[in-house]
This record gives sequence, structure tokens and C-alpha cells, in this order.
Amino acid sequence: MIPFPLSLEPMFGKLIAYLIFLAIGFLFGFVLESAGFNHSPTLAAQFYFKDLRVFKVFFTAIVVAMLLIFGASAIGLLDYNLIWVNPTYLWSGIVGGLIMGVGFILGGFCPGTSLVALATFKIDGIFFVLGGLFGVFAFSEVVDKITYFYNGSYFGRVTLMDIFDLPVGVIVILVTLMAIFMLWGGEKLEQKFGDKAPEPKARYIGAGVFVLLAVVIAILGQPTTEDRWEMLAPEKQPLLEQRTYQIAPPELLHTMHEHKLNLVMIDVRDEADYNIFHLLDAEHIPLDEVSDHIHDFIAMPPNTVFVVMSNDETAATEAWKIMTAESVPNVYILDGGINNWLTFYGTPYEEDFCAGEKETAADEELRYDFTIALGAGCPAAFPDPEKFEYEFEPKIQLELKRAPSSGGCG
Amino acid sequence: MSTTTPPIKKESTLKRLFSRPGKPYINSYLGGVLLGIVLFISYFITGNGLGASGGLSRYVAFVEDLVAPDHVNRVPYLISMAGGDLNALDNWIVMVSTGVILGGFVSGLINGRAKFETNKGPNISNRTRWIVAFFGGMLFTFGARMARGCTSGQALSGGATLSAGSWVVMFAIFGGAYALAYFVRKLWN
Repeated sequence: MIPFPLSLEPMFGKLIAYLIFLAIGFLFGFVLESAGFNHSPTLAAQFYFKDLRVFKVFFTAIVVAMLLIFGASAIGLLDYNLIWVNPTYLWSGIVGGLIMGVGFILGGFCPGTSLVALATFKIDGIFFVLGGLFGVFAFSEVVDKITYFYNGSYFGRVTLMDIFDLPVGVIVILVTLMAIFMLWGGEKLEQKFGDKAPEPKARYIGAGVFVLLAVVIAILGQPTTEDRWEMLAPEKQPLLEQRTYQIAPPELLHTMHEHKLNLVMIDVRDEADYNIFHLLDAEHIPLDEVSDHIHDFIAMPPNTVFVVMSNDETAATEAWKIMTAESVPNVYILDGGINNWLTFYGTPYEEDFCAGEKETAADEELRYDFTIALGAGCPAAFPDPEKFEYEFEPKIQLELKRAPSSGGCG
Repeated sequence: MSTTTPPIKKESTLKRLFSRPGKPYINSYLGGVLLGIVLFISYFITGNGLGASGGLSRYVAFVEDLVAPDHVNRVPYLISMAGGDLNALDNWIVMVSTGVILGGFVSGLINGRAKFETNKGPNISNRTRWIVAFFGGMLFTFGARMARGCTSGQALSGGATLSAGSWVVMFAIFGGAYALAYFVRKLWN
């Protein structure tokens, strides 16, 4: 299993978790102050090309954090699937960003830097924070009037890799080169418009190290689903063979009626079989599309249980491996698949539309020969639990959720 | 660095702490590397990036919940933070924002930069600076709530994790500021 990020609160309790967040905030504030972010004329000077200190700190930080994050991910230390990547809301992001830009040049701070200015008694910073508190209040009062705008143009977890359809390594190299180019250009502008002392020569070495790291990250590549399964296989394969994750049809039926769990049933068969018969509320996601939904799955609430199903078990087990390898928690397989389900819960209603069982059915073939497509419009799609009494050995247990469910400014 | 007489030593220690000449800020690139490392540590351990405006909005929701709980329970945006028996401050981002204030204070104190002063452009009065700072802060956090994050939560954190939307927000922030800079140059130059 990829060890980081940690699941702080379940692992250490709330107090320790909150102290860790406090400590991270402390370091953040300490560095912001040390770098000069409590001095508003410096923050504003970047917009007149006179002193690009803030611009330099900012883009250097992005490159350093990016290289470390994707470096750690490349060597299997950090799970990129489990870190919070801001979802994209296009238009509210653009308009909000422009408003922030106006606030930036007028106020001379941004929220983080204003807190540091307040902490060091800068009176202009204190006024900025007061205005900031009022702005937050104002937004909470008007947001109901602009919900369509605020929530529209939602694209989910979209990364630059998705936009440009390039591998992570290439994007990392391009961002690094772009940042170095911008910093270089920034220094030129600074020399033209301001009177800053030149930066130390060591920065050339730094830039070289950045590019080198970016290239190494590109060569290493990010772990694929197969790589991730390889890492998990020693632990999970024996459990899979002991049938730890295969839940019997009665347990699934029981779970359908367990309202404290958020049950997500995923039917990975082809469309034809799905149309002939599927469980009520089972989502149709063909096996080769399962990978596209990983981030949606991870973002679901911590009480979510996924049950994947196919006609038998081969395809469902494949889907289970993909999802488990990609760090989706609480994934189970329907024991014996839909064929087994129908054996358990088929009723005279379905029999009317069934020409019988096939003598020889291949693996992953629907064993029952339906004469019409029933979809979920029959009793077996949502059996009445009072009509069937089966004992089962409960197997579902909730794992600790590791992925954060909200971001930095949530 | 003058020596003081014993009877007023205590007071003068305090005074000296706050009126020392401020040390210069660290080199920008060094600051960037340190900030990047802090951001990485945050993602590495917690899975979350850094943020500031989220904490502010929860402070406000907390106060609103004290003053007008009924109102909070009617506004969907506030309900999610402070509705019912939710405590708006019971959230990790509040810890981060509070830590920012503490960390900034300690760094300012150690380096002799924690002092009451108004920093501004040479051609405006303190009062103008304060009023404009207030409006700037108001607009900034309003925009930050709309964009679901500020320079820390969107541009910096989302930038480093290569979120497409965050890069858009980043360019919008800098675009907005650069576009307006010329027209308000009197404020800063």
C-alpha cells in the first residue's frame, strides 16, 4: 500500500490531528513572514515590475512543491489519488479570480499574507483582514442569488494532464521550464523598472537541479494501475483467494436495505446484458470505463460501499482490482455475479420471460435465456427481503477513509 | 543595542523586543524553496494543501452563529459550516489559519519586524491606505469565496498539484491585478 498521505484523525485522534494542522499553519505563517509577505508595498511592487520578490517566492514554491509531490508519487511514497486536487469550476473561478486581482492591487495583500501582516501589527493588514471578514460575510449573503453561476461550469477533478493530454512527467518538465523562464524574465523586468540588487549566482544551480528533477520524474513515470496492483498484490491477492471480498447475494440484499451505508452498485457487463436484466439502481459502467470514474468514487462519502458485478466473477474481479489498486476504499464483488443472484432471487415473474437455463454457458455469459429485456422492471431486481430467508456470513467492513473530502478554502 | 538600568529592565526587554531594527527578509528563492517544502509536507502528511480564506469564512460563520443562529440555519452556504449544532471552528482549515497567525507573529518577533506601522505608497495618507485596504480585503475574500479558494488554497496549492481550474484562477488573479495596476499606480508609487 502507498503509505502517504496519512489518515490523521482516525489514526491519531482529533486533538493530535488538529495540532498537526496547527503546526503546518505555523510553518506556513513563519515562512510567509520570513519571505516578506507582511509588507504590502513589496506585494504591490510586483505589479509594477519594481520588486518581484513575491512573484519569485510564489512560483519557486509551486515548482518545488510540484517536484516533491510528483517525485514522491513516482517512487510510490505518496498517493496522488488521495490528495486533494481542487476541482474545476470554470466561470466562477475566472470571475472570482479577477475580483481577487482587484482586491490584491487595492489592498496590497491576499488573505494568507494579511493574516501574517495582522500578526506582526501592520495596521494596513489589520484593515485588510477586517474588510476580508466583511467580504466573506457579504458572499455568504449573496451566494444564494447566484447558485447557478457559482455551481455551474463544474468539471470535477481536472488536471493539466487531462487538458493537454500529456503524461505527468511532460507537464512537470513544461511547468518547471515555464517557471524558470518567468523568473528569468521577472529578473530582467526588475532590473529595468526597479533598483534591486542582483540575485546570488547559486540560483543557476537551483534551476539546474529543478530541471534535472523534472526530467528524472518524467523518466520514472507515475505508477500505473498495474504497478499499483503489484504493490498491493502480496497483501490482497491471498485475501481475494480466501473470498474475503466476495459478498453473497443475501448480504447485498441486506445492504440494499441498510440505509446507514451509501451503497453503490456497479454493473460492468456489456450494455445488452445490462438491458436484459440488472439490479435496481445498479450503475452501468463497462469494465474498460471503470478507470475513468476513480476520482468520482474516491470523492464519495466515507460510508460508501461499492459492489461490482458481472455475469459471473471474472470481469467483476478485474474491476475490483482496478478500483482497489487505485485506492478506492470498501470495494466488494457480488459472489457468483448476476447468474448467482438470479438463482437466489428469480421468481415466477422472471420465469415467464425465460426460455430456460443454457446447458453450457461460457464464463461471463448470462446463463438464463431471457425472451425479453426486463431491465430492472421485475421483482428480482429489487427482491422483497421478507420473502426470502437466507443466512449469510457478513463480510462488509468499512475501511478508514484517507482522502480529504474538502480543500484548503472549503 | 544600548544597555539599560536594572529597575526598568523588564519593561525595556519588552520594548526592545518590539522596537529592534528589523532584520531583512530572506532571499526570495530561498523563501520559495521553504514555502514549497511546507506545502509539500502538508500534502504529504494530510492530503490537503494550504489555505487561509477558508479559515476566515469559518471565523465569520462562528460569530454569525453566536449572534444570529436562526439566520445561519436558513442560509444553505452557512448551514454546511455552522448549521444546527455544527461548530464552525471545528475544522482543520481553522487550525491552519490560526497557525498562520501564530507562525507569522513568532517570525516577526524573532526578526524584529513585529511593530505597529502602516506600510503604504509614498503619496497617500495613512487614512487612505486603511480605507483602500479595507475595500481590497473585502473584494479579495468575496472573490476567494466565489472561486473556492484564494492565492493559497487555489493558486499555490492547486498550482502545485496541477489542477487545471487552479491554474485558471491563478492567471485570473494575476491578470486582474496587472490589468488594474496602472490605473491605481498613485496608491503604490
